[in-house]
Amino acid sequence: MLRDITLGQYYQTESVIHRLDPRVKLAGTVIFIISLFCFHNIWGYLCAALFLFAVVKLSKVPFKFMIKGMRSIMFLLLITVVFNLFLTPGETVLTIWKLHITKEGIRIAVFMVIRLTMLIIGSSLMTLTTTPNNLTDGMEKAMSPLKLFRLPVHEIAMIMSIALRFIPILMEETDKIMKAQIARGADFESGNIFKKAKAMVPLLVPLFIAAFRRANDLAMAMEARCYRGGAGRTKMKPLIYKRRDVAAYLLLFAYLAGSIVVDRVPNMIAKAPVEEQVITTAGTLAETDLIDLNGLDNIQD
Amino acid sequence: MPIILDHVSHVYGDDTTLAVKALDDVSLVIPDGQFIGLIGHTGSGKSTLVQHLNGLLRATSGNIYFNGQDIDDEDFNKKELRSKVGLVFQYPEHQLFEVDVFSDVCFGPKNLGLSKKETELRAYDALKKVGLPDECFYQSPFDLSGGQKRRVAIAGVLAMKPEVLILDEPTAGLDPKGREEILGQICKLKEESNITVILVSHSMEDVAEYVDRILVMNHGSIMYDDVPKEVFKHYKELEEVGLAAPQVTYIMHNLKEAGLSVDENATTIKEAAEEVFRALTERTRLL
Repeated sequence: MLRDITLGQYYQTESVIHRLDPRVKLAGTVIFIISLFCFHNIWGYLCAALFLFAVVKLSKVPFKFMIKGMRSIMFLLLITVVFNLFLTPGETVLTIWKLHITKEGIRIAVFMVIRLTMLIIGSSLMTLTTTPNNLTDGMEKAMSPLKLFRLPVHEIAMIMSIALRFIPILMEETDKIMKAQIARGADFESGNIFKKAKAMVPLLVPLFIAAFRRANDLAMAMEARCYRGGAGRTKMKPLIYKRRDVAAYLLLFAYLAGSIVVDRVPNMIAKAPVEEQVITTAGTLAETDLIDLNGLDNIQD
Repeated sequence: MPIILDHVSHVYGDDTTLAVKALDDVSLVIPDGQFIGLIGHTGSGKSTLVQHLNGLLRATSGNIYFNGQDIDDEDFNKKELRSKVGLVFQYPEHQLFEVDVFSDVCFGPKNLGLSKKETELRAYDALKKVGLPDECFYQSPFDLSGGQKRRVAIAGVLAMKPEVLILDEPTAGLDPKGREEILGQICKLKEESNITVILVSHSMEDVAEYVDRILVMNHGSIMYDDVPKEVFKHYKELEEVGLAAPQVTYIMHNLKEAGLSVDENATTIKEAAEEVFRALTERTRLL
């Protein structure tokens, strides 16, 4: 019933992406997301899509899973599109009642959808290929320089790992309580929004109680095993970069450099005087082989 | 209202690498008024099976008929099915949510759209049936003891007046006294109202005394389906799949091997005691 939400769930399989150091995947996700918000035109996004597609293929996670994760943000996506479409000032294309759809609005809306879709797929790819434990280990290590500023890095990482670990547990619990209440004739689907909200009470009360009970048990279990924070704590499997991690970093930077070039070059060409065009194109071609030649031709036309 | 399962299979997560076949080609007929024990070790598919019976889970393949109608049909009223097939989950006390016991038990009948009077009447009746003392009725369900909470939860399903009552491990986590009380009350209920009862458990001891039919599940399929005496004859095979016959069965077999001419098919302690007594008096008479 509730198993459709894949955000923050691990998909178990054997792949090169699964084996990567979590720090690489973290850095990769952050860089990928930042790159998504830097692009100006469709070529940059095409580049990002290609990169994402390649990584998804490598990860061996069925594409279905990414799409499933999308379903949960459909509503957000819809709101973003509607607001951008109608509330961006600019050249009007279509008028419905008092609302104007502008050319700029369409452009922003389309880019927003592409951005958010790839953002969700990119970040769920990270959680799908990294166990929560690994992920927080990676985070802890990556953030460890911040300890100098008295940031409780270990505690933050522990809180995150517990939170992530609890997602599937609470999900299962929700599923169970939901079924139990449906068996008692509860109806979670029909009715207006107020009726639906009221119908959630028999679900939420037991769920909160269960969450507190589990938190209590966990705290007790941690204490019984002498947990006392990060000071002096060692790892059973310390994170060490391997050759494949270095290779992954290199590929990541190649993607970043390549996509920026692909994204910027058409703009530069458009702005450059006609006689300089050829030189610019040739120059960038020498720099990178990632440029879509056909695309460039189209722009020049 | 007989329930018929026709080649029912269920697979969890069939689109992942972790696909698990929880039910494998199960065919069953559950006639009216039977007291059935559903036995199997952890993960044998018991809970999955019972969730099919009231339409909470949909069979991956195969059909389920309730009173002659396919429950997966578009026009089949699942809400009505759920009022007729009452399912008490494992640790049902975790589903309590109301401010007091009485209103929690009212939740089920209220969802059936009954009048306030009828709802309260049923709730009162159900709480009486599970033997909860009157002074607990207006307490918060969270202030009760574990056994009492469980009884409230069972009453919550009973108040819907189901024709088939399914209890998934109703005695899990209770002390021997609580266990005996719950089982005794279920048995009494069965006798008084002549409904179909399916008791899910992993312990033969729990069910041997009460039920008229035992279903043994292993790896998602039905291994034995017979009266208790017949099922317990296979006690060696039962052990192999991680189950055991009641202790009485072992004692009787040992006695017989030791030379006492008892009938080893006695399943309850009472039967066994009588049997041993009979064999012993016979022996002294011969001597």
